[in-house]
Amino acid sequence: MEKTKKQEQASTHKIGIYLWIWGLLFVLSFFSYMVDWYQFQGMLRWSLILFFMFLKAGLIMAFFMHLYWERYALVNVLLWPMTAIACFIFLMVAEFEYVLFTRLFYFVVGG
Amino acid sequence: MSDLKIEGYEFKPGFKGMAKDTSSDQTMFKGVHWGKAMMWIFLLSDTFIFSCFLISYMKGRGSTIIDWPNPSEVFGLHVFGVQVPLLLIAIMTFVLITSSGTMALAVKYGYEKNRKMCGWLILATAIGGLTFVGMQAFEWSKLIHEGVRPWENPFGAPQFGSFFFMITGFHGTHVSIGVIFLFIYAYKTFAGHYDEGKRGWFTTMKGDYVEVEILGLYWHFVDLVWVFIFAFFYLW
Repeated sequence: MEKTKKQEQASTHKIGIYLWIWGLLFVLSFFSYMVDWYQFQGMLRWSLILFFMFLKAGLIMAFFMHLYWERYALVNVLLWPMTAIACFIFLMVAEFEYVLFTRLFYFVVGG
Repeated sequence: MSDLKIEGYEFKPGFKGMAKDTSSDQTMFKGVHWGKAMMWIFLLSDTFIFSCFLISYMKGRGSTIIDWPNPSEVFGLHVFGVQVPLLLIAIMTFVLITSSGTMALAVKYGYEKNRKMCGWLILATAIGGLTFVGMQAFEWSKLIHEGVRPWENPFGAPQFGSFFFMITGFHGTHVSIGVIFLFIYAYKTFAGHYDEGKRGWFTTMKGDYVEVEILGLYWHFVDLVWVFIFAFFYLW
């Protein structure tokens, strides 16, 4: 009984946490817009974009989608397939570099 | 968030809990509503679709020898004689995050069985989504007027148009479907279907506020995809 009561409390969260995450998402979106506003370029721009993106995505998934409080089996089923996507990204990066190289090469050398 | 009403509920955190769940009989995610588990599986498959779009966009943009159009200029707006970069997209992002926050609160009030508050928040979410779709329609018509087509555009690499229409169009379709369901669920909440356990029309399962959470998962996912589109397509 004691245990179920504890769980019941855990299943609805205080409003504060949602408001905090909401505010943070606004601030992070504002910062990522500022990246464009101040026209940062090169590695600084890309790393900032990725940093804010992953932070925002993580906050939405963990708290708005309740993944932080979810059963670990479900969390793992959802997050491990993302490694396949990461592999695919690496494969396609290699691919587009090769395609770009061949295009430039034959542009210079001629068919 | 597991449901206590479902039989076999026992929560063990961490890897031990995972091992117990995966080695258990009959159901794997004990205590998780089947609708919620299925929504998660659907969202996982949807993640793969959007990833494929974004990866093909990355490959297309990376391998073209013509300069990619500068999104900060293409999506800029003239406001009071000043050129503001990415203005419309920034407003769209804020609208979508606002609606995501109201949805999260709707789920919370749903679980507290606060019917009125839950209904109003779902309605606010729906209106936010509608605003987003409206602004996207404006953005599309603006770009089409400027001569952007799936096969050509006046700004640079011709692939730009096809990736733009495909990715934002697919996301906009998701938002539109979400808005339709949000209006339906707002009605169902106000009508008290989740308090009475009235059976739905989509499935015959008994109405419960867990349905609001399932819809919330879909809506947050739409916001999540926008986070990635905003980063890779508009900011990169």
